[in-house]
Amino acid sequence: MSHSSIEIARPALLRRTMTLNGIGVLLALIVVMALLPFVASPYVLLLMLPFVGYGIALLGFNLLFGTTGLLSFGHALFLGVGAYTAAVFTSKLSILSFEVILVASALLSGLIALLIGTLCVRYTKIFFGMLTLAFGMLFHSFLYKFYAVTGGDQGMRVLRPLLLGMEWRGGKTAFLTGPFYYYTLVLFAGLGLAMWRITQSPFGLHLRAIRENAGKAAYVGVEIFRMRLSAFVISAIYGGIGGVILAVTTGLADPELAYWTHSGNLVFMAVLGGTGTFAGPAIGALVFVVLQDFVMAITQYWRFVMGGILVLLVVFMPRGLAGTVEMLLSRRGREA
Amino acid sequence: MQPQPVAANVPLFETINVSRAFGDFRALSDISFSVHAGEFVSIVGPNGAGKTTLVNVVTGLLRPTSGEVRFLGRDISGIGPVELARLGMSRAFQLVNIFPALTVRETLAVAIASRLRRASNPFRSLKRDGVLQADAERVADVLGLRPKLDKIASRLSQGEKKLLDIASAFALNPAVILLDEPTSGVSTADKHAIMEVLVEAARSAGIRAIVQVEHDMDLVERYSHRIVALQGGSLLADMAPRAFFADPAMIAAVVGTRVRL
Repeated sequence: MSHSSIEIARPALLRRTMTLNGIGVLLALIVVMALLPFVASPYVLLLMLPFVGYGIALLGFNLLFGTTGLLSFGHALFLGVGAYTAAVFTSKLSILSFEVILVASALLSGLIALLIGTLCVRYTKIFFGMLTLAFGMLFHSFLYKFYAVTGGDQGMRVLRPLLLGMEWRGGKTAFLTGPFYYYTLVLFAGLGLAMWRITQSPFGLHLRAIRENAGKAAYVGVEIFRMRLSAFVISAIYGGIGGVILAVTTGLADPELAYWTHSGNLVFMAVLGGTGTFAGPAIGALVFVVLQDFVMAITQYWRFVMGGILVLLVVFMPRGLAGTVEMLLSRRGREA
Repeated sequence: MQPQPVAANVPLFETINVSRAFGDFRALSDISFSVHAGEFVSIVGPNGAGKTTLVNVVTGLLRPTSGEVRFLGRDISGIGPVELARLGMSRAFQLVNIFPALTVRETLAVAIASRLRRASNPFRSLKRDGVLQADAERVADVLGLRPKLDKIASRLSQGEKKLLDIASAFALNPAVILLDEPTSGVSTADKHAIMEVLVEAARSAGIRAIVQVEHDMDLVERYSHRIVALQGGSLLADMAPRAFFADPAMIAAVVGTRVRL
């Protein structure tokens, strides 16, 4: 984010993207996904579920990164918290209500973020990144080593939850691509709208002011620490909820979910989609999930290919997919 | 050197025997001065005299090594910028200090939102907040930035950026405003225009005192009611501009001796 050449060109674009498209793109995407079961195969629908999980997590991640200017390298921690909450609730405590699991994972993620964030958000840039990375690694080691509690590298099973108190019979795929699919889409839309409101509030404005110039922000009364911490907690709640969806989809809470490379994937998705836009990171999640599935099917060296794509992206599309599309559109608009 | 306080007139703010050291280096020694309602005070002095350190101490960014800073009768030493803004003292900076990607309207809204305590509810609408928006427009009007309201700050001219920085300090509705070289980096033609706007704006916005650090002696002479001169971290003078500029020794100390070619 600190390329001066980018920062000079960024502002006008940033605003236009945020106001022109905004929440609209995300809602349109969700509507398309709602129609998808009528035309697409269960395989495609199953692929959409991780996208919904990541999409929600990325909405939160971008509040922290795109809006507040804090780049976390440990955000997968919260996906892990969500996933293991779902696992402990369903397979240890026999609490199957999906709503209870969502609320519990949100609370737990938020609480952990409050504790970690109290230390982390006192730092910015690379120091913030390293601290979040360190906490992410600590949590991963905990999941990995405390075999008796967490199942170690085996992970923990996540049982099928009750949606709205109702038990859904039938096969796993029918459950995931039917009721669960629509449930999570509604959740995605609701959380998307909530995040949109957050970014359009005076609170969101203060976060942007902090990103732009924290020193000045303090002098116009912005409570830097409190605002940064709030953003961190909100982003963690979104991460936790995203993690629940990922875990229910695979039926497994896996320590890899909290591993630092998984945090890296979140950064990749955000950059891929474009952090200067509201829907960009969610679009990045979609493209990442589909791309990874596609590349994995054709080569075992898929990480190599994904890495190459990231390099090309940073060099040729520093504003990500959404940012670049927006730039092309506005350029055409000016010429017309 | 302590100015005589007018009877029954409590100063808006004052420094009492303030010293500040950085290691062995004494940046400020024993500075006492006060600012009263209705005053425009200029702090002058050669480079390294301690002007910016003094402003930093007064605005609570630096804690004085000894002495006290009082604002409206309250000790504010080292209080920090957020509390300072809340109490009613705001500051504009020497270098252009803006939020590059925010519009003029948003920049002002940042300050107004903190003043009206709007930022703690993340679901409150910014656009539909009539009071906040009207206030942003009022402040923009006062500083002549109305036509630029929806322009991105980084796209403004240098003079406009300077005004925007000052405007965001105004948006806090402060009692006192501190300006660290409000016209530095601005062309001579723009300097006077900015000062005119500033003084007029302060009057109409109900700001009770202006303190500025300024190098341009034309501006100092023309606008200030009182001059506080520093030299080597000590108070050299605290007097009216007429007396100050009538004293060649003062001018020599602050500006340097004029070189005859």
